Amino acid sequence: MATIVAPLNFSPVEDAEALRKAFKGWGTDEKTVISILGHRYSYQRKQIRQAYEELYQEDLVKRLESELSGDFEKAVYRWILDPTDRDAVLAHVAIKSDNKDVIVEISCIYSPEELLAVKRAYHNRYKRSLEEDVARHTTGDLRKLLVSLVSTFRYGGDETNARLANSEAEILHDAIKDKKLNHEEVIRILSTRSKSQLIATFNRYRDDHGSSITKHSLGKSSDGFHKALRTAIHCIDDPKKYYVKVLRNAIKKFGADEDAITRVIVTRAEKDLKDIKELYLKRNSVPLEQAVAKDTHGDYKDFLLILLGKDE
Amino acid sequence: MALPQELEALTQAFSGHGVDEKSLISILGKWHPEETKTFRKGTPHFFIDDERQFERWNDERVRLLKHEFMRFKNAVVLWAMHPWERDARLIKEALKKGAKRHEAYGVIVEIACTRSSEELLGARRAYHSLFDHSIEEDVASYIHGNDRKLLVALVSAYRYEGSKLKDDTAKSEAKTLAGAIKNADKKLIVEDDEVIRILSTRSKHHLKSVYKHYKEISGKHLDEDITDLRLKETVQCLCTPHTYFAKLLDATLKIEVDKNTKKAPTRVIVTRADVDMKEIKNEYHKLFGGSLSNKIEEVANGNYKDFLLTLIARGG
Repeated sequence: MATIVAPLNFSPVEDAEALRKAFKGWGTDEKTVISILGHRYSYQRKQIRQAYEELYQEDLVKRLESELSGDFEKAVYRWILDPTDRDAVLAHVAIKSDNKDVIVEISCIYSPEELLAVKRAYHNRYKRSLEEDVARHTTGDLRKLLVSLVSTFRYGGDETNARLANSEAEILHDAIKDKKLNHEEVIRILSTRSKSQLIATFNRYRDDHGSSITKHSLGKSSDGFHKALRTAIHCIDDPKKYYVKVLRNAIKKFGADEDAITRVIVTRAEKDLKDIKELYLKRNSVPLEQAVAKDTHGDYKDFLLILLGKDE
Repeated sequence: MALPQELEALTQAFSGHGVDEKSLISILGKWHPEETKTFRKGTPHFFIDDERQFERWNDERVRLLKHEFMRFKNAVVLWAMHPWERDARLIKEALKKGAKRHEAYGVIVEIACTRSSEELLGARRAYHSLFDHSIEEDVASYIHGNDRKLLVALVSAYRYEGSKLKDDTAKSEAKTLAGAIKNADKKLIVEDDEVIRILSTRSKHHLKSVYKHYKEISGKHLDEDITDLRLKETVQCLCTPHTYFAKLLDATLKIEVDKNTKKAPTRVIVTRADVDMKEIKNEYHKLFGGSLSNKIEEVANGNYKDFLLTLIARGG
């Protein structure tokens, strides 16, 4: 469930005018920016951008980029973009900064159609395919894994095959146990099988070996390929738990990893952030809002709290 | 018509691609039993002299004949089909056949590389509906040889379709390919990660530029320097599809070819009739002199022949 609180009736023109007023003069009225944009669904934000463009012949996105700064600006920039365009931007930034997790998240958590939409948005924005950029910036087994994950267009139905679940759970188990992973087979299974089939395989794994595959794959190996592999397994197996872990690590980290916090909150606020919040509380005994408030500051913090559904 | 000519016409009616329904009706339908017997006696490749004093249909021939009678029906069914379903079914068939005959995998290369990004995506969707699996998972689990990496990568591609490209990147990738080809005896080129990366992720415009630069660097065309069949087909389909199709038609529009080879003309003509048949016809003429329609007249019969001729005439 989504966390943001937005009215069903709104006027894009009024919002555009209020934002314009917030930009006037010295400095910016950040409170207004937060209180408007933080309370609008994506289709509403799109209409506000259109209204702003018509009224003032200016791109609202560019204006926000120049008026705001720091982590707050990054968060608002990501928030104001169309969701699929945003994901394309996040993927591009991740490739350039060598952050494999984002690529794995997009290809393993998103549905086949959502992943496709991101790839189209990537074509439009960067005039290249996501696959070719991922391929160009990685090598060896990591490249094989990431390119396969990103290229896949999984069967989206519920049909599963118990015999396959059995044999492929075995292959995965052998690979994890032996540590000298049969990389080709593991990549093949994780990147081509449907989500339903993989869940069936992971369940079979748990039944046969007592522990979840995610737990078993938490090895000490810290090279890029193994890390990405663990992330992929975790994302497929339990995406909400995965996001909780990302947030926990980002908050715990000295100085806080704002990029990760922003990414999770901004991309999930209109999807399942509510469930993630509940799970966060259950696993960490502290509400997510509290943890975020403790480790972030100023307008950035206020914006995140609004997206998290804070009552004003 | 006199008997010898009729015998000849009837033999013709049964050989080549498809059957000449009209001749079968007008000749065979009118013969007296003695004339039919003369025909059976005079065509030892169709009829065997049985020890119990009768001329027996050759079983293998009857099986092959069944395919010829069905050739028109198959072409019609394929033509009426949605292009996505067509490609999905062709790929599934290729996967099944390819276990015993690796050349069948060439069809997978053909489809993955000559369709547009959206057409290939559509085929992948149709495959989900028809077979409850994705193409990539079936290709990955059916194919075990050297080709697997390349084929999985090709069927998974969702290439950028625009014309923007970086010329120096194309030039350096041409050099990379040249290097891989030189090293082909030490490292299997069809499994070379860089070769697969370039051929399966880059846009077609970019690859045509790579093709051009390769010629400048090494003097020969990229596909000429590659010996691995699947890789060769990949380059031809991506960079010079009209040449690929023209050559394929020439090789398969022959009378004495096996039943698998005979499926190619139907597939090529049905799948390209509304896409680039005009260019393929031009290329055919350039390479082989005569016209494609004359060639079809030579080797095909009856309704099947008329259907093919009608299809290739669409769009001029």
